Amino acid sequence: MSTRELHLGGSDWDDVVAGAEDETMIINMGPQHPSTHGVLRLVLELDGETVVNCSPVIGYLHTGIEKNTEVRSWTQGVTFVTRMDYLAPFHNEMAYCLAVEKLLGIEAPPRAQAIRVMLAELNRISSHLVWLATGGMELGALSMMLYGFRERETILNIFELITGLRMNHAYIRPGGLIQDLPDGAIDQIRDFLIDFPKKLNDYENLLSNNPVWLDRNKGIGRLSAADALALGVTGPMLRASGVAHDLRKSAPYSGYERYDFDVPTSDACDCFGRYVVRLAEMRESLRIVRQAIDDLPSGPIMVADPKIAWPAQLQLGADGLGNSPDYIRKIMGESMEALIHHFKLVTEGFKVPVGEVYVPIESPRGELGYHVVSTGGPKPWRVHVRDPSFINLQSVPHMVRGALIADVIAAVASVDPVMGGVDR
Amino acid sequence: MGIEEKLPSGILLTTVSKFVRWARTGSMWPATFGLACCAIEMMATGAAHHDLARFGMEVFRASPRQADLMIVAGRVSQKMAPVLRQIYDQMPEPKWVISMGACASCGGMFNNYAIVQGVDQIVPVDEYVPGCPPRPEQLMDAILKLHTKIKAEPLVKG
Amino acid sequence: MDEALQHTCAGLRERFPEQVSEPEETFGEVSVRVRPGRIAEVCAHLRDEEGFELLSDVSGVDFLGVAPPDERFLVAYHLASLSKNVRLRLRVFLPEGQEAVPTVTGVYPTADWQEREVYDFFGIIFEGHPDLRRILMPDDWEGHPQRKDYPLGGTKVEFKGARVPPPDIRRQPTTTTGYPGRIA
Repeated sequence: MSTRELHLGGSDWDDVVAGAEDETMIINMGPQHPSTHGVLRLVLELDGETVVNCSPVIGYLHTGIEKNTEVRSWTQGVTFVTRMDYLAPFHNEMAYCLAVEKLLGIEAPPRAQAIRVMLAELNRISSHLVWLATGGMELGALSMMLYGFRERETILNIFELITGLRMNHAYIRPGGLIQDLPDGAIDQIRDFLIDFPKKLNDYENLLSNNPVWLDRNKGIGRLSAADALALGVTGPMLRASGVAHDLRKSAPYSGYERYDFDVPTSDACDCFGRYVVRLAEMRESLRIVRQAIDDLPSGPIMVADPKIAWPAQLQLGADGLGNSPDYIRKIMGESMEALIHHFKLVTEGFKVPVGEVYVPIESPRGELGYHVVSTGGPKPWRVHVRDPSFINLQSVPHMVRGALIADVIAAVASVDPVMGGVDR
Repeated sequence: MGIEEKLPSGILLTTVSKFVRWARTGSMWPATFGLACCAIEMMATGAAHHDLARFGMEVFRASPRQADLMIVAGRVSQKMAPVLRQIYDQMPEPKWVISMGACASCGGMFNNYAIVQGVDQIVPVDEYVPGCPPRPEQLMDAILKLHTKIKAEPLVKG
Repeated sequence: MDEALQHTCAGLRERFPEQVSEPEETFGEVSVRVRPGRIAEVCAHLRDEEGFELLSDVSGVDFLGVAPPDERFLVAYHLASLSKNVRLRLRVFLPEGQEAVPTVTGVYPTADWQEREVYDFFGIIFEGHPDLRRILMPDDWEGHPQRKDYPLGGTKVEFKGARVPPPDIRRQPTTTTGYPGRIA
């Protein structure tokens, strides 16, 4: 290290800078930092305030979920898988169950499919609300944080009424759903559908023409369509680069082909484009939810095969929720076969035929794919998750090269990564 | 522990002690240590519906040097464990730790190679909050229990 | 099978007769087996001539115990063509002891982190990868966790001597927080 004599007047600043041209600073951002996208570590190489290179380090939340699914039954896998992308648990569950159902060769009944779509779209809205809340907070719009979480509470109350939990529900099971909608759920959703569009207009008025918001988002984090495809980026990031690719339209699953909705895109290729696309997606999700509850088919919510259907005829009893007395009378008193089925299903689980499938769905962050391999047993042989945040994070070094540090925050916020999915 | 180090030994303080303990619970600032799903519920606790600001705690300090309380919210992986210890060491006395959720308290449902089975293997924990994830009301209950515990702790030990 | 896919697979067999097998269709999905040697060229052909713009997923599977040792590891590449709306899976089987396959990052840059993940969890070396090191496990971790001979780990849970109280006592509310509401 050489020493230099500096004059406090500062008049030799230009000489100092000229002499230090080949010195870059390496700064570590994370894994604990206030930009609350979880435990992401960015190693930035800086030349002054300009980012020369950025290297994300991940793995701080690695949970070994994929290995855990190999020692539990197919149904128990749902509870593991739902905690990966914890902001969109219904999407995780739905993709896993669609993969298992594909291997089993069954399809969930129409009512179950419609409820799955409704919950998935409500989940998309709540996930985008968290993105808007945390993204706004990181860029300085602190009130957005409070508004976003306030709306999210309404949606979480709906989830709690239907599934019993605010997050990580384990409600969607292979073959259908675990229980039917309780009374009052549809009314609560209709109330939400009336209130929410006005709030969404408020947020748009707050941010879309705000000069600070525009300055911090327009032209930041540029990702062209060709680069996005080469880097494997999918979801709102790809649609904000002009590519109208949405798996709900190109490869519909769970009855999406019956609903009428648009796929918003933007040609902006920057953070502002992604903001516009996600806001529009929330509006489209409202449309889908409205159509789903208007045309909700009646019928069973679990497939009729007794060797697969989870034996949960639940009823509200004196001490809380429990198995219905009629069902218990049947398996204990009347049918030996039903008792054996119940026992085998709960302890061992059902067996899935040999094969491998890859089922992709459109989660709020992009293409969520499940590569499931079965060797005929009651436990999965391999469950590999293609998580969209894992792939989308690869684009961050590309987006921030040559930008300022503040733009790194905006770019990472626009990727909307959820580290549970990245690290699994 | 904080102010106790400055006191000369052998002196019993009652009213001052009560006052200091009350002041400590007045606005305990948490350090941001949200890891996984519990972090979202922690953010919801700080948001408008379940308001943590009524306890003076809505300011989640990013720098551990300015924080008194570390709420470990989420599963701690083997890679994150040294970071957790480093953040804990950087906090000045007096400090407390709440282990939020099943994964932080005991490893939760992830009993495998990747997760530390209980954050109390790394840092001393004052309150454990069960749940997967715990409701915001449960976290606030734990914080209030911590306040009670702090008010009951003697200022001078022995 | 989709017509576009039939055309693609026929073109592949024509161009790479030794490397690529006949397509198999199971559960509505089409897969071909590819020899590891020239996987990068196969991918380049699919991207440039057949319009498979997106590499969705690179996935590793360990078939210890259910497959012979010369086919223990499987690396599955899931390719998607957005323009034709079809998907194709390339299966590369690797024997135990020779787990090496050329990288496809030159063709699909998205394979960068995905191949690092397969290396991290299975120990499969991707020759020519710009930066092959661990991605999710700590850098100094020993072993490859997703292999079938790697134990699950964790602690042994014991429930010895636990006594469960009868339901009527279990359901009584626990004591209040004791928050006095004043300085006590």
